[in-house]
Amino acid sequence: MSDTSDTASTGTTADEIESAPRRDFLLISTTTLGLAGVGMAAWPFIYSINPAKDVLALSSTEVDLSAIEEGQAITVMWRGKPVFIRHRTEDDIASAASVDLSELRDPETDKERVKKPKWLIAIGICTHLGCIPSGQKLGDKKGDFGGWFCPCHGSHYDTSGRIRKGPAPFNLPVPEHAFTDETSILIG
Amino acid sequence: MKRIQTNNRILMWIDERLPIFSYAEENLASYPTPKNLNYWWNYGSLAGIVLAIMIVTGIFLAMNYQPHADVAFQSVERIVRDVNYGWLLRNLHSNGASMFFIVVYIHMFRGLYFGSYKAPRELLWMVGITIYVLMMATAFMGYVLPWGQMSFWGATVITNLFTAIPVIGEYIVIWVWGGFSVDAPTINRFFVWHYLLPMILFMVVVIHLWALHVNKSSNPLGIEVKSSADMIPFHPFYTIKDMYGLGIFMIVYMYFVFFAPDFFGEPDNYIPANPMVTPPHIVPEWYFLPFYAILRAIPDKLGGVAAMGMAIVILYVLPWLDTSKVRVATYRPIYKQLFWIFVVNIILLGWLGQKPAEGTYLIMSRLSTAYYFIFFLILPLVGKFEKTKQLPVSIFEEVAKKHRAKEDK
Ligand code: HEM
Ligand code: FES
Repeated sequence: MSDTSDTASTGTTADEIESAPRRDFLLISTTTLGLAGVGMAAWPFIYSINPAKDVLALSSTEVDLSAIEEGQAITVMWRGKPVFIRHRTEDDIASAASVDLSELRDPETDKERVKKPKWLIAIGICTHLGCIPSGQKLGDKKGDFGGWFCPCHGSHYDTSGRIRKGPAPFNLPVPEHAFTDETSILIG
Repeated sequence: MKRIQTNNRILMWIDERLPIFSYAEENLASYPTPKNLNYWWNYGSLAGIVLAIMIVTGIFLAMNYQPHADVAFQSVERIVRDVNYGWLLRNLHSNGASMFFIVVYIHMFRGLYFGSYKAPRELLWMVGITIYVLMMATAFMGYVLPWGQMSFWGATVITNLFTAIPVIGEYIVIWVWGGFSVDAPTINRFFVWHYLLPMILFMVVVIHLWALHVNKSSNPLGIEVKSSADMIPFHPFYTIKDMYGLGIFMIVYMYFVFFAPDFFGEPDNYIPANPMVTPPHIVPEWYFLPFYAILRAIPDKLGGVAAMGMAIVILYVLPWLDTSKVRVATYRPIYKQLFWIFVVNIILLGWLGQKPAEGTYLIMSRLSTAYYFIFFLILPLVGKFEKTKQLPVSIFEEVAKKHRAKEDK
């Protein structure tokens, strides 16, 4: 290496010195262009592992609520995710409504989260690291606030699906849904 | 490089064109090695052998494994029940992963005790940490493949760590999954990575050895090699010692393979994955437990993930945190104590990682996590104020002294 650069430096003419900035320019611009090209060529590869069209194809799920007794809950699948549907009791509704917003980590009133106070519909995936909280079946642990309890790292949700205690940062999200009649809903 | 001389004309013909024999001679046979290496120096070559076993058993498992969510679980059961010696391949592979981590953890603690990360071996150490990170990624994705309940929920919790990243976290996790939850696209790509990463790992091991052979092995006294009297050739002395260690290791490994193949496993992983039900008690594989405990010790989502990441990153900067000129803990009274507390603390963290994160366990996890970081952060001060013991003059003299003492008895 060293001897070639030596000959190069001793052999440098005034002409070559003058052309140095032009060479730098060419070098930098070709390198930039080359890198941009590589980046663009890489994009299809990177993007190819995002959800495919068939995975993305939205589906909506229709659910008949008439068979769910007060105090009961069911879980339905929507876009591969479990959705909790709980027929809340008077006590559930009252305790969800009576909470002071300043106590909440992710402040939302119960009203904002439900269409009809009797029915809470929320995606049943813990906002911490994605486990499914327990509390759907009668004997399940429901946590300190009567809603759900996540077994993985101990997050407690209240009867409105709001995070109250534990590491999860957000409330259980409410999916888009509409009542098609008194006792059935369309999720999505 | 010194060229080999032999009367075998074929060997010479090849060697003049591609000097593999000269290369092997220089790096495996006459390779000069400190005389005084003890058994803690066995674990590097052992790790290499375990890697080879993992790759071979893995390739043969892959010939019968199906990376599809609907059939992955059954395909592993088929391997165990119907495929000829499939049970053996699987037990070798699943227990091999645990053995690999045991060996590498010992190898790393060796480095920590004997100051192997210090100049001029900083890059060697950093390449080693990279190997460790690749191993964790590989093992994590391998554990997803049998598609049992623990596979599924472990994958869910670990991939969800990305959602802690502000703004883009949500997109990253969807990108990693290829869907909106851990599902068929996820297991397919995890299988691809699980096959690919060990090959990359293998190449990184080559770089690790390359760096090792530049400055050669350190030694239990931590002093520099001064003359050829301090050294012996690798072959036959250390090839024999490594083989002996391998024999002992194999007895332990084969005990698990044949008599307790599910010792390290979780019974829940024999229940097929069910995206609708999280098992009441989910735990990662034992080798991740200390980091899992750190994750859970911090009550904040981003904070927990950041602390866990830092716990690894800090290993990369260790060579610059430890400012002491003396390598080995034997001659460093304060560091030696901190080191042993660190070892006990890691075991404690591992134990806490499989306990529920509440009450006393939570408080203990926090204290333990604190010590994990304090150990590293206090090192610049220890290096400055510690009164180190007198170092021996040379490896040769120390070895000779030991022999004289033995003969006098
Ligand atoms: C760094 C080396 C490797 C490590 C640490 C590792 C780790 C693991 C682990 C922990 C499992 C789950 C074991 C179980 O519970 O059944 C697994 C499964 C599997 N691995 Fe690997 N592996 C490695 C290399 C490879 C290679 C090179 C291949 C070949 C392509 C491979 C193919 C497989 C297959 C097909 C399975 C699923 C079958 C089964 O679960 O037994 N592995 N691996
Ligand atoms: S995933 Fe629910 S608390 Fe961690």
